[in-house]
Amino acid sequence: MTSLLQVEDLRVSYGGVLGELQAVDGVSLTVEPGEVVAVVGESGSGKSTLAMAVLGLLPGTGRIDGGRVVLDGQELTGLSEREMRAVRGHRIGLVPQDPTVSLNPVTRIGDQVAEVLRVHGLADRRTAELEAIALLEKAGLPDAQVRARQYPHQLSGGMRQRVLIAIAIAANPKLIIADEPTSALDATVQRRILDHLDLLTRTSGTSVLLITHDLGVAADRADRIIVMSQGKVVEEGPVQQILEDPRDPYTQRLVASAPGLRPVPPPAPLPPGHPLVEVTDLVKEYRLPGRRTLRAVDGVSFTIGRGETLGLVGESGSGKSTIARLLLRLVEPTSGRIVLDGDDITRVRGKAARALRRRAQLVYQNPYASLDPRFSIEEVVTEPLRAFNVGTRAEQKARAAQLIDRVALPASVLRRRPAELSGGQRQRVAIARALALSPDLVVCDEPVSALDVSVQAQVLDLLRELQAEQGLAYLFISHDLAVVRSIAHRVGVLQHGQLVELRPTEQLYSAPEHPYTVELLAAVAGQGSTRREPVGTGKALP
Amino acid sequence: MNAAALVRYVLRRIGLAIAVLWAAFTVSFIVLYLMPGDPVATMAGGGLDGEPLTPAELDALRARYGLDQPLIVQYGQHLWNALHGDFGTSVQSGQDVRAAIAEALPPTLQIATAGLVVAIVGGTALAVVATFTRVRWLKQALLGLPSLAVSLPVFWVGLMLVQIFSFGLRLFPSVGAEGPASLVLPAITLGLPTGALVAQVLAKSLDQTLTEPYVTTARAKGVGRAAIHLRHALRNAAIPALTVLGYVVGNLLAGSVVVETVFTRPGIGRLTVAAVGVQDIPLVQGIVVFAAVVFVLVNLVVDLTYPLLDPRIATGATA
Repeated sequence: MTSLLQVEDLRVSYGGVLGELQAVDGVSLTVEPGEVVAVVGESGSGKSTLAMAVLGLLPGTGRIDGGRVVLDGQELTGLSEREMRAVRGHRIGLVPQDPTVSLNPVTRIGDQVAEVLRVHGLADRRTAELEAIALLEKAGLPDAQVRARQYPHQLSGGMRQRVLIAIAIAANPKLIIADEPTSALDATVQRRILDHLDLLTRTSGTSVLLITHDLGVAADRADRIIVMSQGKVVEEGPVQQILEDPRDPYTQRLVASAPGLRPVPPPAPLPPGHPLVEVTDLVKEYRLPGRRTLRAVDGVSFTIGRGETLGLVGESGSGKSTIARLLLRLVEPTSGRIVLDGDDITRVRGKAARALRRRAQLVYQNPYASLDPRFSIEEVVTEPLRAFNVGTRAEQKARAAQLIDRVALPASVLRRRPAELSGGQRQRVAIARALALSPDLVVCDEPVSALDVSVQAQVLDLLRELQAEQGLAYLFISHDLAVVRSIAHRVGVLQHGQLVELRPTEQLYSAPEHPYTVELLAAVAGQGSTRREPVGTGKALP
Repeated sequence: MNAAALVRYVLRRIGLAIAVLWAAFTVSFIVLYLMPGDPVATMAGGGLDGEPLTPAELDALRARYGLDQPLIVQYGQHLWNALHGDFGTSVQSGQDVRAAIAEALPPTLQIATAGLVVAIVGGTALAVVATFTRVRWLKQALLGLPSLAVSLPVFWVGLMLVQIFSFGLRLFPSVGAEGPASLVLPAITLGLPTGALVAQVLAKSLDQTLTEPYVTTARAKGVGRAAIHLRHALRNAAIPALTVLGYVVGNLLAGSVVVETVFTRPGIGRLTVAAVGVQDIPLVQGIVVFAAVVFVLVNLVVDLTYPLLDPRIATGATA
């Protein structure tokens, strides 16, 4: 066997109170030396379980029921914990999912890198310290010498991911498992880090098993793609083949719904007339300790027409969400003017502010947190009606049923609780709730970011339909440029609280003017701009 | 690292400590001096036996304790004296309150310290072992112990220990405050409920910490279980336990009342019982304020320990 990693008929299950769950169901795959293999799938497909099973790090009740994992000719399944310890970190490195929680918060980062070398006896205390700095430098962390003495919370998410990369490459492993390595990061940071990881592994000939939900990322980075669904491999092949000629229906759906890859439907034409929302010179400052202020929103002006979708894009900290909250008057603007349908609502209080709640509604990012777990779905949807005493109880119930039908959910969900619904269903409920009072404007703050791509596409379609039916205006906020492109009529780009560019969607995407817009667009995964040449000798390669 | 932030943190904590002390003084003043009934009559009645005092004698007493002044003046006077460490004299013994407390302090300090050590060492050991073991029944059994320990009355535990280790095995003395051996049983009795709480909170916190993603990172590095437990998890898990410890240290003082009675030891506990029994108001207030001082100091130490355990607190970051 020449393959570096060989997984044969692997089966993993989780035992729970509700019975067994087969998470990985007879998966076989190989990774050749120097090859980058991407495992793509949606949540629940078993891709992360597969990665953890290779490392022997299944959580809690997870158990390998059958099959083999062979690394470099040595069978890993069946090794004792002590023997596995010599493999982890030394022969297989892990780049975990969320850099903000994957480093020990109370230990200096230099020590966390040095620990790998120390546990595998590759350095003593003093040399480990120096080597850790060199590794941090290699991982692209600026001022590594200073940073090594700092704690994780003093570093940005991107820098922390570089620390985790330094940990993964420290012992020079032959295989790196990258489990959604950049999903929690902004697009531009994501690209820089993946580029760097690419460079490091290519120069050292390290193989990478890349676990990702993002077909775009997989397309850009991998030599070969393995598509997983419900614990099984449904398709595998070279990148080009998967993208251009997917055979399996599931892969076809996945490719069709990937926002970076799917064709953009033309937005519905705008009804003419006076704009619904006019925002002029909006400013929001926050006081920071030590008499400093943070200008979260810095002189932003825009309009939203009736039936129009205005997209706002920008990275974390650019002020997108603050604008959403200002528009709904959930926070007080420092200065500027907000006009809704001819009424100045910048400073309204009391009754008028409450009336505003009927006309402008919000759909949040996280459908798991935005629904009260103790409410039934009917109570969730009718809550705005009860708050404003709209209709009798019977009328409210009827309205809820109508709304639930409108968002394409079966009437049976009305009696269920949020916990019994999937993420996509919950976001539909949140949309139904937002529509209960027939608002003119719905502010969508990252409404699909927490959802799988195929669900994402359905929710976006729903928003589009509702807009066409009722002439809703959307302020659609997202960090995902591909998603925004597929739904917005016009798009504004935010950077450090300033609107650097605001133009009709297609103009902005085809001919961006501001350098920051150019940078953002270049970072969108799935454009093939950084696709690497095949290096491995995988069996699926020609 | 951020020195200014650390200084601000420390100053804020010290300010809070002073506020708590002032509140303890004020509340105890209000409760003790404004209680229904005539404080002087109460004091006189509980004081020297026999003859009831004449009204003239009562007035003289009132004047002596400043009770003929308006309340606010009395309060100011007492606060001013207290600030100078003067809590008046005991009605019962005529001894200076400060001296009485100082005299009773050393034996109590001994058992409280020993009890604290028992609580911390025992509680931590139990929590670490219970969360480390992979033997399920052992884990369940160990985690059941704290609930059992808290639900046992302190005096009963003390009596049982005396029964077994003094009268039965003759290992330790049952009464007195002579030598380290006399400290063992009281310390265990006193430390048991506190240690149980520490164990409970720490075990829960450890279990929680062990599911954190950074623990997975450490395991993926190839770090062994014991090292992960002690080097990565314990320090992260310690903060909730430390917070609880700060609050329950007060229990050690309260517990000393029972323990000193059961083991017939001198100390603050017995002093308190005696003072309350004869309604010796100056002494009671002195003890209340003293207890508040202890509580505040312990929590100040706890607060100042946080930044050592968790660098995020020192720099005021949240992430």
